[in-house]
Amino acid sequence: MAFDLFFNSSLILLAIGMLFKIVQWFSYKIGIQAQNSTFTERLASSLKALLGIIFSPQIAIVLKIFVLDVLFQHKILKQDVLRWIMHMLIFWGFILLFFMHALEAIVSDAILPSYYSTVNPYMFLRDFFGFMVLSGLAIAICRRFFMKIHRLSTNKMDVYAIFIVAVIILSGIFLEGAKIISFTDFRNMEEDFSALEYKEDILALEAYWVKYYGLVSPNVTDQISQETLTAGEEIHNESCLDCHTRPQSAFAGYAVSKIMKPIGGLLDRMGLVTFLYYFHILACFIGLALLPFTKMLHIITTPISLITGAIMQRDKSNPLNIATRQLIELDACVHCNTCSKTCSQGPAFDIKNNTNILPSERMLSLRQYYKTKDLASPQFTAIQEGIYLCSNCDRCTVVCPAGINLKELWYDVREEFIRSGALITPLILSPFSYNRTYNRDDFGATLSDMPARHAKSIIASRYKKKSHSKDVLSLTDTDNEFKDKRERSLQDSTFSYCFSCENCTNVCPVVMNYEKPEQVLDLLPHQMMRSIGLGLENLALGSNMLWDCITCYQCQEHCPQNVKVTDIFYELKNKVSKDCFYSQKE
Amino acid sequence: MKKFALFIGCNIPAKVQPYETSARAVLKKLEVDIVDIKEFNCCGYPMKNTDQTAWVLASARNIALAENAGKDILTLCKCCFGSLKKANAVLKEDDGLKVKINKILGKEGLKYQGTSSISHYLSVLHDDITIDELNKKTIDHYKDLNIATHYGCHALRPSEIMKFDDPASPSLFDNLVKVTGAKSIEWASKLDCCGAPVLGINDSLSYDLTEKKLGSAKKAGADFICVACPWCHMQFDKIQNQIVSKRNKEYNLPSILYTQLLGLRLGLGKEELGIDSQENQDNENLNQVYSKLFDTKEKKLKKKRKKKKLTKKPVEKKVGKKETQSVE
Repeated sequence: MAFDLFFNSSLILLAIGMLFKIVQWFSYKIGIQAQNSTFTERLASSLKALLGIIFSPQIAIVLKIFVLDVLFQHKILKQDVLRWIMHMLIFWGFILLFFMHALEAIVSDAILPSYYSTVNPYMFLRDFFGFMVLSGLAIAICRRFFMKIHRLSTNKMDVYAIFIVAVIILSGIFLEGAKIISFTDFRNMEEDFSALEYKEDILALEAYWVKYYGLVSPNVTDQISQETLTAGEEIHNESCLDCHTRPQSAFAGYAVSKIMKPIGGLLDRMGLVTFLYYFHILACFIGLALLPFTKMLHIITTPISLITGAIMQRDKSNPLNIATRQLIELDACVHCNTCSKTCSQGPAFDIKNNTNILPSERMLSLRQYYKTKDLASPQFTAIQEGIYLCSNCDRCTVVCPAGINLKELWYDVREEFIRSGALITPLILSPFSYNRTYNRDDFGATLSDMPARHAKSIIASRYKKKSHSKDVLSLTDTDNEFKDKRERSLQDSTFSYCFSCENCTNVCPVVMNYEKPEQVLDLLPHQMMRSIGLGLENLALGSNMLWDCITCYQCQEHCPQNVKVTDIFYELKNKVSKDCFYSQKE
Repeated sequence: MKKFALFIGCNIPAKVQPYETSARAVLKKLEVDIVDIKEFNCCGYPMKNTDQTAWVLASARNIALAENAGKDILTLCKCCFGSLKKANAVLKEDDGLKVKINKILGKEGLKYQGTSSISHYLSVLHDDITIDELNKKTIDHYKDLNIATHYGCHALRPSEIMKFDDPASPSLFDNLVKVTGAKSIEWASKLDCCGAPVLGINDSLSYDLTEKKLGSAKKAGADFICVACPWCHMQFDKIQNQIVSKRNKEYNLPSILYTQLLGLRLGLGKEELGIDSQENQDNENLNQVYSKLFDTKEKKLKKKRKKKKLTKKPVEKKVGKKETQSVE
């Protein structure tokens, strides 16, 4: 009765939760795909695509991925053998328990020959599967808390996932142990199945069960006579043997029963069996009801991600479906940190401490972002730095065990940020921007260096530019502090050796590219060096020359005075980045 | 011979896969053992504009990993080459920075010492394997192929750190091209930048610089522009196509990776080198250029040697003949 109530309530909650999730997947938007779509359009197009897949040769790919990556988890194996062992133990242990034990009324009774949970092999298997899960969890706990895996972070959801599975399995094992020693259960069974009339017979059976089945009985003393045992065995063989293998086969439960044995009678009188029974089923039902809102949702979303990732192609699939897939992918991420471990930009995280630089952490932020789309929050500033600080090496996409097409997700979200006009990071003015123009044909981006123009305008508004001023330059407001600082900077500060021979300017291919270079570049390389020498900081920092410099080192190579022109440019660019962009964050 | 860890960088696996394929195939053919260090990260080059400490850290971590494995670094990319080597130079001069970097690296049990050297693929071919050895290994020669060598800025300069070749009149790459029997032509913008560093920051400037190079090489009669850097290759390959469509220009000057150019003459197949000649099927001009890659002649040098052998050791004559026959 109570079981049905709990079970049905949790199923209803699960259904409501899943419905909520599905509505989210089909109505929210992230990235640039399908910006103007409606819920019904997206649902219809995905159902259409689904039917198209089922009745096409692609179904073979779906089956292959299902076996290889969902059941066998080949992608995890390729990356990390220990994690594969861990996940296979948890996954298969849990799945087998789910079908054999949790769904015994539906599955086991129907398909397994002479299934009985208290008879071998099923009694042994139940404990074995539970043991598999626990071993997997032990590895998981070691990995998360003791092994100090570089850049592996653990959040509340990861703890919850380990916790809920552990609670379900452990409560099950304790329940089994409590049942082994339970005198109450013994009496109930005895009444139901043997209904012995004589007290001696009951005592004999009790004695036999105390001796061989781990029962704790208030009536049986330590000394059991051989006669009683023989009598007990006779009754046992008649009434109990068919349905009961010795409890040693249920090794986990039996071990627990041994621990509880000294106070077994007390525990039984306190109603431990009933308590643990409700505890166990409640843990299962809570896990089930909360599934859509916890990490456990990955048992649905990750297979979807693996399969859609294998059959969908950016240039062929409907953008509406790509948009939906990307939202499901956000929920398919299990925060395993494989991507962050392999991320080419990992060291940038080590020094900047912006967690959004790591792909796995960025996934968590994006999961929050798409619901609010709050472009003004400090969180957004951190996300945009993280998503722009990506050299597009695609390593995260290659290694992702959940088959998430991270590469495309980054492209699309980055593009969404750029088009919103809210993207402000100095990284725009670095080779990280290469990828956008490189892929301009795929994006249909009309002005691919538009973000850079925007960033340059921010810089221009801060510094006094030569081209903006017709006044005579004053040397009285020079910044000597800036000059002095240069002496202590990362690289040799050599600008003071410059005597304006203009060699640098004459060999500069950028200068050479323009008919009137000073109009485009503001200051020419030798003028840059002179400005710093004179302490005219703003002139140099605000100059376009910095960002149009192709860093070919011709100037530096040709300087007769050994001025490190290009290296000084780098330092100036660093300073502009810090002053114009990063300072806004603080 | 040094022991190398291959440094692939970020662009090659994502955008220039044939470079990795052909580079590995050539090394295998030349019997150079390499190891892969899975933990290698970005060289830090894209970080230089905004945060040089982040660049140095990224480079230092790679070097520390190579040191851990007792290997020297072999880079395919000229910018990775420049970035790693310059970071090495910076760290040797700046002890404070070194301490700071090692503090961060220490968190994962790494330590930068600066003992591993950094070499570019071309230097390894030229200096470690040597031109003589390459001459022995090539099977035949290109018959009529004009190559414009593109050296790449970050390999040549700043020369006091890079020590790749003479920055004013380098010859290393040209010598390597000559090994294949192709003619390394002289051209005006040989040592100029490909334009890649400002793509995305100032597209029209980047296009201008690329166009200038393409025009100069074409004018000098090049069939191919030859590169050994993914950035330069992307620029002369896909970005050239963008220029063609956006600026209505036509150069028909494809970029070829040096590893492919050499690999073909070492007897490696198109597939092994990742050469996809199907791509240009509808362009008659390009088809003609590509067909030159498969138009070969017998090596002069080898012939002379065989003649000598012929007179001295008649037993080896048969073997020599067999080799040439199988090539033809």
